[in-house]
Amino acid sequence: MAVAQSEIAAPVARRNWLGEAIRRHPTVIAGLALLLIMAGIAIFAPYLGTVDPISVSPVHRLRFPSERYWFGTDAYGRDVYSRTLYGARISLTVGLGVAILSTAIGLAIGLVTGFSRITDTIVMRIMDGLMSIPPVLLAIALMALTKASVENVVIAITISEVPRVARLVRGVVLSLREQPFVEAAVAAGTPFFRTLWRHILPNTVAPILVQATYICASAMITEAVLSFIGAGTPPQIPSWGNIMAEGRSYFQIKPYLIIFPGIFLSLTVLAVNLVGDGLRDALDPRLARRM
Amino acid sequence: MLAYILRRLLATIPVMGVVAIFVFSLLYIAPGDPAAIIAGDLATAEDIARIHRQLGLDEPFFLRFGHWLWGVLHGDLGISIFTNLPVTELIAQRLEPTLALTLMTLVVTVLFAIPLGVIAAWMVGTWIDRGVMIVAVMGFSLPSFVLAYLLILGFSIEFDILPVQGYVSIREGFLPFIEHLILPSIALGLIYGALIARITRASMLEVLSQDYIRTAQAKGLTNNDVLMRHALKNAAVPIVTVVGIGVALLISGVIVTETVFAIPGIGRLTVDAILRRDYPIIQGVILLFSAAYVLVNLAVDISYTLFDPRVRY
Repeated sequence: MAVAQSEIAAPVARRNWLGEAIRRHPTVIAGLALLLIMAGIAIFAPYLGTVDPISVSPVHRLRFPSERYWFGTDAYGRDVYSRTLYGARISLTVGLGVAILSTAIGLAIGLVTGFSRITDTIVMRIMDGLMSIPPVLLAIALMALTKASVENVVIAITISEVPRVARLVRGVVLSLREQPFVEAAVAAGTPFFRTLWRHILPNTVAPILVQATYICASAMITEAVLSFIGAGTPPQIPSWGNIMAEGRSYFQIKPYLIIFPGIFLSLTVLAVNLVGDGLRDALDPRLARRM
Repeated sequence: MLAYILRRLLATIPVMGVVAIFVFSLLYIAPGDPAAIIAGDLATAEDIARIHRQLGLDEPFFLRFGHWLWGVLHGDLGISIFTNLPVTELIAQRLEPTLALTLMTLVVTVLFAIPLGVIAAWMVGTWIDRGVMIVAVMGFSLPSFVLAYLLILGFSIEFDILPVQGYVSIREGFLPFIEHLILPSIALGLIYGALIARITRASMLEVLSQDYIRTAQAKGLTNNDVLMRHALKNAAVPIVTVVGIGVALLISGVIVTETVFAIPGIGRLTVDAILRRDYPIIQGVILLFSAAYVLVNLAVDISYTLFDPRVRY
C-alpha cells in the first residue's frame, strides 16, 4: 500500500494556496496550466502575431523557420506558425465536443440499461459488437460514409466512444442498485425518476468525469489520425493532423512541417491526461492507489 | 474446460453478428451506386438496371444481407470497386507485412513492459518507479505517428543507422527484415507498452501488499521466487486482460504506422481504399480486424484458467 507522504501531512495553514497546490500536485497543476495556455492560444490565435492561416504565397514556399516565419512555411507558402496556432481550435473543439457528447449519450444508455433488463440484453449486445471494432477503424468507416467536416469528425469519434461510456455507467448503476441507500429509497416509495436523479446520478459523476478527460485526449489523437490519413477534417482547414499530412512528402528535407504541429498535439494530449490522472486521484482514492 | 471454451466460443457469435450487420449496412447506405460505377460513363439506364438485377441490388435488405453473409462465411468479401479484384485476394497479398509488424510489436512490447511494470512495483517510490511511470504517461500522450517521425528524424536522417521506410520480406534475409521493422515497432508499441506497464505495476502493487507475500518473504524465499512464483502469477489476470484489450491500439496504430513507414500492408490498403471510397475493401478490413480482435480476447479469456484455477469453467 503506497501512501504518498503528502497524503499524511495535512496542511496547517492555507496561507499560500497556489504554492501549496503546486507542491502537493505538481503534475496536475502543470497539466492545468498547459491546458489553459492551449485554450488561450486557441481563443486568441488572431492576436498572437499570426497571419491568415490559409493565405497562400507561392514565392515564399518551403522556407525554413526564421525571424519572419517562426515555424517556416509549407509547400504553398502558408505560415506554419499561424496554421499551428489556429489548429489548436480544431483539436480542442473536437476533444471537448466528443467528450461532452459521448458522455451524455453513454450516460443515458448506461442508466437505461442499468435498470431495464430487456433493453440491457439487446442494447449491450449491440455495444459489445461496436466495441469489438477498434475505435479508429470504426471512425474511419463512418467518415468514409459522409463528407469531411469538423461536425462529422465529432460525430464519428463520438459513436466509437459511446459503447465504452455506456458500459462504465451500466456497471456503476448495477453496483449502486445493490447498495442499502438505494434499496432504502426504493423501499420508502421514492418515485423512480427521483431515485435516479437524487441517488444514482450523483454517484456516476466521478467516474464519468475521469472517463471524459481520457476520451477528450483520445479524441484529439483520433482526429489527428483521421486527418493525417485523409479521412478527417477537410484539407483546407488547418488542423494539426492536416498540417502533418501535408508535410509528409517533404519530411526528410523539411522536418519542421511535422515536428511543430506534432509537439503541439502531444503537449495538449499530455496536459489533458495529466488533468485526468489528477481528477482520478482526487475523486476516487481507492482507484488512485491501485493505478 | 472444454465446455467453458465452447461456451465462450458461442458467446462470440452475437458479437460478430453485430459487427457483420454494421459492416454490411456500411455498404448498403454508402453513397453512390456500385452498378453505375461498374457500368461506366456510357451506360444507358437499361444497362444499369440489368447490372442491378445481376448483382441482386434490387432485393430487400435482409435478403441481400443473407447473400452477403453467406459469401463472407465462404471467404468471399466481394469485389473491389477500384481494382475489380476480389477483396480476399487483395487482403491476402497485404497480410504478411501487417502480421510481421503487429506480431513483432506485440511480443517485444509484452517482453519489455511486464518486467518494467514488475520492477516499478517492486521499487515503488524510487526514481526507477518514477521513471517508468513518466515514460508510461508520455506513451499515452505521444501519438504513434508523431513518435514515428521523431524516430525517423533521429535514427534514420540524423544518424543513418536504420532505414527510413519500406518493408523487406523475411525471405530476403533476416537482418534487413528486422532492420526495417525496428522503428515501426517502437512507434506502434509505445502506447501499448505504456498501458501494459501501468496495469502490471498497479496489479503487482495490489498483490505485493497481501499477507501471503509477507509469509513468502518471512519463510526466506528469494526475491525472485516471491516476485515470479507468488506475486506475478496472482497479478496475471488484469495484465493478460489488458494485453488482449490493447490489441485494439495495435490495430488502430498499424494503419498510421504503415502509412508513415510506407509498409505495403493492410493499413496502407485501408488508407488507399478510404481515399478512393472503395467500400468493399473497407468492409473486408473491418471484418478481418474485428474478428482478429475478438479471437485474441477469446484466447485471453481462455488463458485465465491457466493463471487462476478459481475461474469456473
